[in-house]
Amino acid sequence: MGKQVAMTGNIAVANAMRQINPDVCAAYPITPSTEVMQQFASFVADGKVDTELVTVESEHSAMSAGIGAAAAGGRVMTATSANGLALMWEMLYIASGNRLPIAMMVINRALSAPINIHGDHSDEMGARDAGWIQMYSENGQEAYDNIIQAILIGESEGVLLPAMVGMDGFIISHSIENLELLEDKQVRDFLGEFKPKHPLLNINKPITMGPLDLQDYYSEHKRQQAQAMQKAKAAILKVAKDYKAVSGREYGFFEPYKLEDADIGILTLGSSAGTTRFVVDLMREKGIKVGMIKLRVFRPFPIEELQQALSHLKALAVMDRSDSFGAAGGPVFSEVRSALYDLPARPKTVNYIYGLGGRDLGISPIERVVKDLQEIHQTEKIKELVTHLTVRE
Amino acid sequence: MATLKELSKREELLAGGHRLCAGCGASIVVRQILLAAGKNVVVSCSTGCLEVATSIYPYTSWRVPFFHSAFENSAATICGVEAMYQLQKRKGKLPVDEEIKFIGLGGDGGTYDIGLQSLSGGLERGHDFLFVCYDNGAYMNTGIQRSSATPLGAATTTSPAGKVIPGKTQYRKDLTDIVEAHHIPYLAQASPHNWKDLNKKVEKALSIRGPKFLNVIAPCHRGWRSGINEAISLSKLAVDTCFWPLYEIENGKLTINYKPKNKKPLTEWMKLQGRFKHLFKPENEHILQQLQQGIDCKWNNLLKREEVEKPC
Repeated sequence: MGKQVAMTGNIAVANAMRQINPDVCAAYPITPSTEVMQQFASFVADGKVDTELVTVESEHSAMSAGIGAAAAGGRVMTATSANGLALMWEMLYIASGNRLPIAMMVINRALSAPINIHGDHSDEMGARDAGWIQMYSENGQEAYDNIIQAILIGESEGVLLPAMVGMDGFIISHSIENLELLEDKQVRDFLGEFKPKHPLLNINKPITMGPLDLQDYYSEHKRQQAQAMQKAKAAILKVAKDYKAVSGREYGFFEPYKLEDADIGILTLGSSAGTTRFVVDLMREKGIKVGMIKLRVFRPFPIEELQQALSHLKALAVMDRSDSFGAAGGPVFSEVRSALYDLPARPKTVNYIYGLGGRDLGISPIERVVKDLQEIHQTEKIKELVTHLTVRE
Repeated sequence: MATLKELSKREELLAGGHRLCAGCGASIVVRQILLAAGKNVVVSCSTGCLEVATSIYPYTSWRVPFFHSAFENSAATICGVEAMYQLQKRKGKLPVDEEIKFIGLGGDGGTYDIGLQSLSGGLERGHDFLFVCYDNGAYMNTGIQRSSATPLGAATTTSPAGKVIPGKTQYRKDLTDIVEAHHIPYLAQASPHNWKDLNKKVEKALSIRGPKFLNVIAPCHRGWRSGINEAISLSKLAVDTCFWPLYEIENGKLTINYKPKNKKPLTEWMKLQGRFKHLFKPENEHILQQLQQGIDCKWNNLLKREEVEKPC
């Protein structure tokens, strides 16, 4: 059995990395993810892991060296936040295009400008089309569980894709919570060894990677990538099932809460799920039939599963902790609303942009969302499609 | 060191049939480097002529493991490969008797400019790799744009010889000097016309543990506006005019590998290249003088430095 410990989200993730014992880590410090690699560096210095730690001179080089190491053949990890992830942008596509299952912890933080070091999802959402599997975590426990599972999901046969796991900066990364770590051996046995089929280091069978790929093949390769992302869905469920057998904790594409008999629902991801769950309970006590759905996997986006889970609702609020300027709403909203489009009966769906730059999402704004949803349910009319919540007017 | 006869019998590791221009200096440089290095190498290459012309899917000219990732990160990429190698060696996952060498390649754009940070990081961290810059003095792959390696006065498509501005108005960056400031165990300048010297430098570099650097001149007749058959003769003239001195710095000590008996005027090299044509107009004579002065100054400093560092 695992053991109960009190630690911050960052330290929990660093401990997951210690147990994963990746072959190569290349990292560059940026708030609020710094602590992960800092803690991991002391694991390296104390001989608690075998990892080659490459302390690069930028996030671009962190991902570049990680790509080189993964191509060479082995397990590669890193961690970053916000502008660091943005600087990696070019390399994110090169990691996924070369089908290199790198695992990265993203300690979610707002993108500049204006510069802000606190948690929102603008960094990871900005990378949503980069061909990485994307997961989000409500708390330190989930971040720990997700990053361990991310290793196997990415390495799965037919998938071979990089995976990033998000955890809200400061709100989770720097908050101490009670969580359960697996035994080191449990993690090691769960992960086994990764043996890539075509490592660059096999000099007896030289391969060329990253060639020029023109009109005659590029489309086929990109479709293979899209298919791999679809195959990741089965891998996510399979890994979750195996992980439950080890940890007792259950994971899927999302986690519904009091949703089955609900008329109205709130879809959210990340740390705000805790507060939303609390508000759902408060409202339920008042007899309001509201439920919540916490999205864990954003890429691959679980379209059919969400359709099933949400089709009975009359009104749905999608919470976005980032904006997509000039779009039809936040990134989560656009995708969820699109997923519901083909349903014969679908909930009226509205969007709330909240918590940018780490602004707290308290109880009362969520109560207001519930109130709006009740009104939409009763009137069958949407007054405002996209609302900026938790903002001064 | 291998003799010419021995080298001629070695397997070609950069297969012919690639799509670099006939008479391209870079392919000659790379072929010689691979002949000297042998099969046990992994190569990374920055985006550029060399990469796009040698690895067009589903074909490849590379008979050694080859990885192209992006433009600015050839050094960081090969450092990552090397880190994985060190780990696997340490954990006994690779054959004990199998030693692999690591070579990062880049043109001057990918090394002097956009890849400088990545190179600097790799050198500072002390990875065991050799980085080779093939310097043709401009962004040739995108169509001859000026780089920080383009010589003063040269016409490129972004520093054209116009009615008001006579080509590039800045001196070229001395990358070899910048690399030296990283205090790596070995660095050198080389040229494909002197295959013996280049071969020796590659062999020596790969025998040393830690970061190594080679800056190799690689004439490009498209960009230099020179004859298609002049890559070798122009390399030789670059050395004989001391535009491109052949020297090496081993553990901080400088050795000049070749001293021309009769140092030729820089114009001997320049007049064969259309990119300098406008400089031969009377109104631009001062630029020719400026260039010659710069070359003389660097060369004299090298001679003086070698003298000082001579063992007593």
